Formats: sequence, structure tokens, C-alpha cells
Amino acid sequence: MLSFLARRLLTFVPTFVGVTLIAFAFIRLLPGDPILLMAGERGVSAERYEQLRQQFGFDQPIWQQYLDYVAGIFQGDLGTSFVTKRPVLDEFMALFPATVELGLCAIILATLIGIPAGVIAAVNRGKFFDQALMSTALVGYSMPIFWWALLLIIVFSGWLGWTPVSGRMGLVYFINGPTGFMLIDSLLSGQSGAFRSAVAHLILPTVALATIPLAVIARQTRSAMLEVLGEDYVRTARAKGMSPVRVNGVHALRNALIPVVTVIGLSVGTLLAGAILTETIFSWPGIGKWMVDSIFRRDYQVVQGGLLLIALVVMIVNLLVDVLYGFINPKIRKG
Amino acid sequence: MKKIIALSLGAMLMGSAASAANLVYCSEGSPEGFDPALYTSGTTFDASARNVMNSLVEFKHGETETEPGLAESWEVSEDGLEYTFKLRQGVKFHTTDFFTPTRDLNADDVIFSFERQGSADSPYHAMTQGASYEYYNSMSMPDLIKSIEKIDDYTVKFVLNRPEAPMIANLAMPFASIGSKEYADQLIEAGTPELFNQQPIGTGPFKFVGYQKDAVIRFARNDDYWQEPAAIENLIFAITPDASVRFQKLKAGECHVMPYPNPADLEAMKSDPNINVVSREGLNVGYLAYNTKVAPFDKPEVRKALNQAIDKQAIVDGIFQGAGAPAKNPIPPTMWSYNDATVDDAYDPEAAKAALEAAGVTDLSMKIWAMPVQRPYNPNARRMAEMMQADLEKVGVKAEIVSYEWGEYLERSKAEDRDGAVLLGWTGDNGDPDNFLAVLLGCDAVGDANRAQWCNEEFDGIIKQAKEESDQAERTKLYEQAQIIFKEQAPWLTIAHSVVNEPISTKVQGYKIDPFGGHVFYGVSLTE
Repeated sequence: MLSFLARRLLTFVPTFVGVTLIAFAFIRLLPGDPILLMAGERGVSAERYEQLRQQFGFDQPIWQQYLDYVAGIFQGDLGTSFVTKRPVLDEFMALFPATVELGLCAIILATLIGIPAGVIAAVNRGKFFDQALMSTALVGYSMPIFWWALLLIIVFSGWLGWTPVSGRMGLVYFINGPTGFMLIDSLLSGQSGAFRSAVAHLILPTVALATIPLAVIARQTRSAMLEVLGEDYVRTARAKGMSPVRVNGVHALRNALIPVVTVIGLSVGTLLAGAILTETIFSWPGIGKWMVDSIFRRDYQVVQGGLLLIALVVMIVNLLVDVLYGFINPKIRKG
Repeated sequence: MKKIIALSLGAMLMGSAASAANLVYCSEGSPEGFDPALYTSGTTFDASARNVMNSLVEFKHGETETEPGLAESWEVSEDGLEYTFKLRQGVKFHTTDFFTPTRDLNADDVIFSFERQGSADSPYHAMTQGASYEYYNSMSMPDLIKSIEKIDDYTVKFVLNRPEAPMIANLAMPFASIGSKEYADQLIEAGTPELFNQQPIGTGPFKFVGYQKDAVIRFARNDDYWQEPAAIENLIFAITPDASVRFQKLKAGECHVMPYPNPADLEAMKSDPNINVVSREGLNVGYLAYNTKVAPFDKPEVRKALNQAIDKQAIVDGIFQGAGAPAKNPIPPTMWSYNDATVDDAYDPEAAKAALEAAGVTDLSMKIWAMPVQRPYNPNARRMAEMMQADLEKVGVKAEIVSYEWGEYLERSKAEDRDGAVLLGWTGDNGDPDNFLAVLLGCDAVGDANRAQWCNEEFDGIIKQAKEESDQAERTKLYEQAQIIFKEQAPWLTIAHSVVNEPISTKVQGYKIDPFGGHVFYGVSLTE
């Protein structure tokens, strides 16, 4: 197990170097000079432009800028946003819990509904439930998130008034820390009604963000189950007279789960992408919106620092998924 | 009694964010910071200068004219070079969790507020890492201000390098907000100078309580305000980037005021019994600037003929969808000295064709530059250029549409030998006509912000004279005259002024649209 971990960690190195290069190059390849964009119609004089270039370090050769960036990373310094003038890492840490909270809720919802739905569809292959479920999944998968999110708001907040429109917490509650996770902090704060408010604010964005992974997980579970259900050992188990629930729920599902876990792990990347739209629509103060704003402002430091941190998160999640395989399937651990 | 009121207000606060004492503003974005001197965006000013701070001179609520603020009065010397301000006494800076002032506002605070921007040697210049003072620089303050002197604790003298009448209006701008020197000293001593840009202290009607990044900004009423305290107890900015979601929040009663509605939602908003839509022309102008240095656009008759060929009303109807009004002058109607007596070049393709022939222009082909971004003064430049192209086609002029990335576009359009007419616009900074007429059309701005490359001696003489004249009635006459010359010479096709629409809850009383595009909550109250 240890050597497996060590080998996996080693692959971090080239990925990490690649990510720094891409993050650094990507924002600079986009046309648009951050100083001119900052000045807008008002313009900036030639001398002032030169001064600002020096101040932001854009007058340095490009390789020097890259080396400074990498050297900074090793000292734990991801630079300072030239818009907010605050350290990139501080901004990330302030916003990241919101994205994690929303992402975790979405993944849990998608898994809790997606796996049973996939199993039931596989067991009832070709019947009405299977067809209805798979067409629903297809619709869910193809829906544009922003449209779906807005529709949810109009129906559940606008017409029915069941949930708040947007935000993370009712404005009457003052909650700041300690964990950054609203569900936990609201309980710790002891303010009555705060937890309920946090849950109410989470429902719609969770549903919106979970929709695509849910569809993917349901379809993946179904096809993996179908494959396993045709295996000899399942037939044997049935022939032994084992109850269908035990056959399907334990023996078949456990083996079908391996590809499903892969899909769940991979969907972390998809979730972060979906979070950009979901966070914008629901005014959810996470990192998705932050990255988009920074790209538009050509805030180099934030984009290259933020992308790196996000990539790091995805890499760590993938590692965890790999470790999880080991537990589900000993063949991988030992192989 | 006071305690009982405070308690019951507290109870209301806990009950609902939408109670009478709490106004929720669904703001469109996050402030970049809270030090208005560092930034140029309205979103940042709303959260700092406009509600938390004051300046020596203030704009009248909802007007472009100025009135005394932290300066009770001022005198201008004969030669227009010395401005002596008498400060108001007994003005208190905010007392908050993070700062307790020990003294009232005085001359040191005024000098501190300008020196930290103007002098790189000031110990306060780099309180914020990477600080740059763009508005101070772009308003040419470094060239303009020779010195700022403290005469006594409540008298400050600004000495200028040249007479400049718009100086007073400049001092009412957000970058000129007066901060507390005592607060800055305390932060530096504590080793946390960066907090100056994160936890603002001012003298304004609201004091800063807290900011949860990208989510909520909270302000509380300043009960020690030097004018009558605000009617609102708590002012809350709920940051809501999506316009449709802002509308849903307004409908659901989760906020009281929202900026920047989708034009498509305006009808639904107007028919909602709980929503008032207030409207006003914005302090901006969208225009098409010909290059008056390139033939045949160097002839006023050709420019006027092209102006006649373009159906402005159709453009305003089609592109602004209720959020724009046709423009005839280079300055907006909300600005003082707007000359309503000028006559616009009426849409008349036949007359345009004849005029072009008379000028000896046949088979004309030209370029139209279309901006790649959306602006209030031009929500869709590409579509606008296409409509112009179709109109010009009808009078036998071939137009080709070009565009560049925004930074490039701004830079390249400055070139004196530029090929083509440029779509662009301007939003006013200080409410002074000089800020439009000299910045955009003066001879000094050729090759820079004067995209028409237009230098007319008569016009330029008048605006230069107006800049040095400190009597506002005289200045008004001069600017009215300048607008007549502009109209005769037609360096631009003036297209539109945006119309700002702001849906507000019917509970909101006394809200006025700020001509500078800001959102000011002093003087606003809520009914139950």
C-alpha cells in the first residue's frame, strides 16, 4: 500500500509542473493588457503605463516572471491580487469552503439517488421504470445549468416561495467562521433558525449542481450493474437460492461500484466547472465566480495561483479515489 | 425610552431582514476593496465613498451640482490659483469595533487624504501593497496641485499650478474622500496597514460593520453624523451578480433596491404592483467619432450628411430597448449647461444623398469600428454597427465593420491616421462639462481621447476660457456656445445617452438615481 502511495505521489511532480506552466501561459496568451483594461475609456498616459508595468513586474522578461512565480510557490506565496491587493491564498481560503460545502452536498445527493436509481433500472431492464429513468437522466445531462438553475429559482422561490432565492444564509444571521462551512458554523453559532436558513439556502444550488453528476452516476451504475448481473457468479448465487436483494445489493453492486467510483472521482472536475455557473446564479461566494472575475480582469496572480490550487485539489481527490479502489477491490492494491 | 426603541429595533432586526429599519440593496458585484482612492469602479465607490465617507465638497443628492461638505465654505483667489477651505467643526469619525477616534476631523486629515495619493514619499502612500492611485492620476491632480497647506486646524489652502474651475467638482469625487489620519497611524503602529483598504473609517452617514467576501456587506447607521442621521438603521448589500436573480429577489422581498435590470424584464417590473421603476438619463454619451483628419471626413458637410443618413431613433429603439434616449449634444441632459436649443441632424436619406453629391463624394467606402464590450452607453456595438451599415448602404456608402480586443481597441483608435469611424462613449467623472468637452474634444486630446482627432480653434478657445472662469453662470454661457459649434461641425454622430432604470420596492421612499451611476442611501427611508 505504501509503495502504491509513493508511486502515485511521484506522478504529482510532472502534473504539478505542467499545471504551473499552463496556468502561467494561459492567462498571458489571452489578448488584453491588464493595465489598459483597468484604465478603460479613461486611458492611461505613457509614463504612467510604464510606472505601472514596473510596479506589477510586467517589465521583467517572461522567464523571470515564471521563475518568480514558481519560487513564490515554494515559499508558500502565491502572489497578491492586483485588484483587491490581498494575498491570493487568503482569498482562496476564504472562498473555498463555500465551494466544498456545495460540491460535497451535490456529490452526496447525486450518489444517494444515482446509485439506487441505476441499480433499480438495471434490475428492471427494459421495463417502464428503466426507460423513464434513462430518458430523465438524458434530459438532466443535456440541460444547460444556468437555465435549469433559473427555472428552479422561478418555480420554487418565485411562485411557491419555498426556498430563498439566493445567497448562503439569511441576512439576519451574523455568522463568520470558525470552519467556513455554513452547516457546521450555523449550528455552532447557537443562533436559533440559522441552521434551518443554511439548509434552505443550500437546497436549490445543490439540486442544480447535482443534476449532471446524478445523471452520469445513474447511467454508469446501470450499465456496470448490467454487466455484472450477466456474470456466472451472480447466476450461481441466484441458483443457490439467495434472496434477490442480497444478490443485487451486495454481490453484484460491490463489483459494479468500481467504475462508478471512478466516475464520482472524475466528476469532481466537472463539479468545479459547474460550480462557476451555479455560484454565479445563486450568488454563492465560492471560487468559481472568483476565477471568472479574475480572468475578465486579467488578474494574472489570482488566475495562476487559483488554477494551481484548484488543480491541486483535483489531484488530491483523484489520489483518494485511487486509494478507495484499493479498499473496494484488493486486486488493484496488490497489483 | 431610547433604550426601548433600540431594543424593539433589535427585535425587528432578528425577525426579518426586510423590516423597516433594514434596507437591503442587491448589489451587482463585489467591491474591489474599501479605499476609494485605489479604484475607479462604481461598485467599489458604492461600498465606500458614497455611503461611508464624505469629501470637502459634495454633490447634491441626485444632482451634478456641488454643495459644501466637510468644508463649510471656501474662497478662490483672484488669479484662480489658491483655494482656501474652512472646515466644519465637530465632525466625528466613525466609532466601531476596530477604531475609536480621540479627536474630531481637522486639517491633518485633509492633507493626509491627498498626500498619500500624490506623494510617493508619504509614509501612507504604500499602506496597501501594490497601491496605485489611478483616479488621482487620471484627473491630472499631480500636475494640478502645487501644494496643500495647513493654515490652522480648520483651514486648508490648496495652491494650484494653473487656474482650473473644475477643481471644485474634482474634490467631490470619490477619490477625494477624507479619511482619518489617526486611524492610518494606528494601523501602521499595529503592523496591519492593509486593513485601511479592508475596514474603512469615514465621517459618512453609514459605518462599516463587516464584509463576507462575495456575499454580504453590512453597514450600520452613524448616529453621530454631522447632518441629521440616516433614516435606515442597517444597510445591507446582498451581492447578487445575475440580473434575473436580482429581479427574483426583489419580487420575493429579499431586497429593496436593485441596479442594472435586464431590459427584457422591464415590462414585467413595471406591471408588478410592489415594484416602482425609477428612470433617469445617465451621465454618459455614446457616439460615432469620424476621423476628421482623413478625407473626405475632414469636411463638416460630409460628416453632417452621414449623420443624416443614419436612423438614430431606430438604433435607440432596437438596441437600447428602453434603456436609452437619442443624443444630440456631446453632454447629457442631466448635466448643467446642457443646451436644449441645438437642433439635431434629422434622419433624411434623400437629403444625405444630395449633400454627399454636392460635396463631390461618390462611391464612398468607410470602416466602422465596433467595440467588443457592452457598456451602458452602448449595449451592443456590433449590432449597432450593422444597423448603421444598412442605413449607409441606402445612401450609397459602403461600410465595413472592424473590431479588436478591448485594450487594443482603445489604444488603436487613438491613432491620428486611423482608418474609419469609431463607436465609443464616455461616462462623466465629476459632473463638470469640461470633463466631456475638453477631455473628448479639446485640441490637447488629439491623438488620445479625442477619437475624432478634431481640433477646432474657436471651440477649443471657448472651453479653455471656461476652464479658467470660476463664475458658474459665465461658464454655462460659454459651454452652451461650445455645443452650438459642435453641432455645426459635427465631429461625431451623437448616438444616445443611456437611461438608467432602477426597480425599487414600493416601500422605499426618497430614493434618487445618482447621475454618476452610484447608489446612495442617505435620505432614503422605508415604510412598512
